[in-house]
Amino acid sequence: MLPDPAAHHHPALAHHFADLEQQKEAASLGMWLFLVTEVLFFGGLFAVYSVYRSWYPEAFAAASHEMVVWAGTTNTVVLITSSLTMALAVRAAQVGERRVVMWFLAATMLLGLAFLGIKAFEYYTEFAEHHVPGAGFEFEATHVRHAQIFFSLYFVMTGLHALHMIIGLGLMAVMFQWVWRGTITREYSSPIEISGLYWHFVDIVWIFLFPLLYLIGRHAH
Amino acid sequence: MSDHILPKRTYYTIYAILLVCTYLTWQVAFFDLGALNTVAALAIAVFKAAIVVLFFMHVKYSTRLTWIVVVGSVFWLGILLALTFNDYLTRGWRTYG
Repeated sequence: MLPDPAAHHHPALAHHFADLEQQKEAASLGMWLFLVTEVLFFGGLFAVYSVYRSWYPEAFAAASHEMVVWAGTTNTVVLITSSLTMALAVRAAQVGERRVVMWFLAATMLLGLAFLGIKAFEYYTEFAEHHVPGAGFEFEATHVRHAQIFFSLYFVMTGLHALHMIIGLGLMAVMFQWVWRGTITREYSSPIEISGLYWHFVDIVWIFLFPLLYLIGRHAH
Repeated sequence: MSDHILPKRTYYTIYAILLVCTYLTWQVAFFDLGALNTVAALAIAVFKAAIVVLFFMHVKYSTRLTWIVVVGSVFWLGILLALTFNDYLTRGWRTYG
């Protein structure tokens, strides 16, 4: 006779998992597999960046000097802080402190929005200074061609990073709602945990973008 | 990934280290270290990424299978970078012709 599945079935446990522990591990592993594809996705861009920077080091240094360093530094601190609030939200979910999770998720979203706001200000400055590659691009004549490559990479890399931030904000909004209506419990905190993995990954991408785009040859000026 | 709940203190400590590292990255860029500027910037970035992965992303306390996937991502990134650089960064080395 088959055992009665309802007898020991936790409401949060999907029927194809043996127990909550296995379900949790599968969720986290699945997210990590996705993040591997993300590592290689951004990795390709970092490879292109490295090749062009090694070919045109002077143009890259000159173009990097045009970056708004205080904005990039502030954004690094903002993102690292959002990773802290995210980690604390995950911890609160693990111990089942529902209100604390919501506060930390809200803080994470606010910091994410602050990052995008500062980024938007930077893009505005770069548009105003004619640093967007294309017909209107202006730069000192010696480096004008190769500085465009730097700015193309800058806009693609930070743009894709910002897109990931926007997706992350959407994810956090859904998580906030799930906590609100009680889907997330102490036994079923995986959605918050794997959303956290995604958020931290996006933070790591920025950790590499910041010195590579903003700080090339800073000592020269 | 067992139900290993880290004390809040761990997260605050990692946060403090990340802030110190950000300050170091910013400061070290103003010293002329030649090629070592990039090495220093990347070394600090790799260290920061490692502590985020180990503590914020809980990999230190994860199953071996998760470790394999994480290390695998770095390994494949290594292949991608090594084979790309092997071509593009050595084209100038040609001395014949």
